[in-house]
Amino acid sequence: MTDVRPRIRLPRSASAGDSIVVKTLINHDMETGQRRNSAGETIPRQIINRFTCEYNGVMVIDVALEPAISANPYMEFEAVVPESGEFVFTWYDDNGEVYTATEAFEVS
Amino acid sequence: MQHLKPARSLALASACVAALWSGAALADPDLSADLVIDGELHIVTRAPSDDTITPYLPERYSGWLFRSEDTRAMQMDDFENPAMIAAEAGAELWTTVDGSAGQSCQDCHGDAEESMRGVRAMMPHVNEDGVLWSMENYVNNCRTERMGAEAWRWSGDEMTSMTSFLSLQSRGMPVAVQIDGPAAPYWEQGREMYYTRYGQLELSCANCHEDSTGQMIRADHLSQGQISGFPTYRLKNAGIVSIHNRFRGCIRDTRAETFAEGSDEFRALELYVASRGMGLGIEGVSVRP
Repeated sequence: MTDVRPRIRLPRSASAGDSIVVKTLINHDMETGQRRNSAGETIPRQIINRFTCEYNGVMVIDVALEPAISANPYMEFEAVVPESGEFVFTWYDDNGEVYTATEAFEVS
Repeated sequence: MQHLKPARSLALASACVAALWSGAALADPDLSADLVIDGELHIVTRAPSDDTITPYLPERYSGWLFRSEDTRAMQMDDFENPAMIAAEAGAELWTTVDGSAGQSCQDCHGDAEESMRGVRAMMPHVNEDGVLWSMENYVNNCRTERMGAEAWRWSGDEMTSMTSFLSLQSRGMPVAVQIDGPAAPYWEQGREMYYTRYGQLELSCANCHEDSTGQMIRADHLSQGQISGFPTYRLKNAGIVSIHNRFRGCIRDTRAETFAEGSDEFRALELYVASRGMGLGIEGVSVRP
């Protein structure tokens, strides 16, 4: 697998109190743990098992992901932005790694 | 070609019977749909047919027109298009030094946006030695002959990432493969294959993609089998599929022994099928179910 890299897309602008659409994508194999390799051995499960998004310290969404979710999970959700601030996105990998991305957002 | 005409009208007749029998069996392309990437780049998904290459097609249609609205939308937004992950990986490979010569693609070819623009639209192409090469051959030739690196597998992750990246540099440009001169014998061979029935089911490419375009094959729409959208992100594979990989899948589904990816047969077929899409826009990296 190539390097895991999160991608975020936010709208260009919004007014205070608006609900905005947040899109995120992370490249990840989401290995289910059900497959076998050519030698017949089980390929161990390795998925993103949790995804969270916080805005100015307030939890926007906290998702538990399961092995049935396909590779390169894409998340789209809405977030209310009462004031300017910072989004913090976190993905938790089965192997213990945590991938984070932050994105500043300004309201008018 | 003349001898094929009766078979064609027979197929049309049976299509009409099918239409009377069950309207739901037909799934015509959505001709009102416009393919616009990120609201900016228009891609041609309909092109006029012509008498020499596609005498039996009313018009050339991209496979994109046959897909569901959701799938079409994924391709219209580069952020949602999962193939972009591969294209990004390809962009990284472009600048990565590999092999004994200590060089990357970029060291010779410079900025891919300039040097590789239009390349995908003319593939496959007859090389200097008169041999028909697919884009994969050109990539691997650079790797083994110039970079002193190992050849990539035809449908391996590195190769499909690279072809995705290269294809993106021609996005929106019309398919314009050479089919005359040195390419003529390859094109003839490809056409011969297209109309040859393979496998226990005795199906030729034309049986599905020409005679039965627009109908359902079980739960899927039969498109014209155009390859202008390749490499394509196939949702059911959750990964990039190369042209030859798709050919293999089709021939396998006829219950035949398939040809190998990169074989003489598939390169010839690729040229012929590419020419059937003359004028359609290269979709760079498309999304298909």
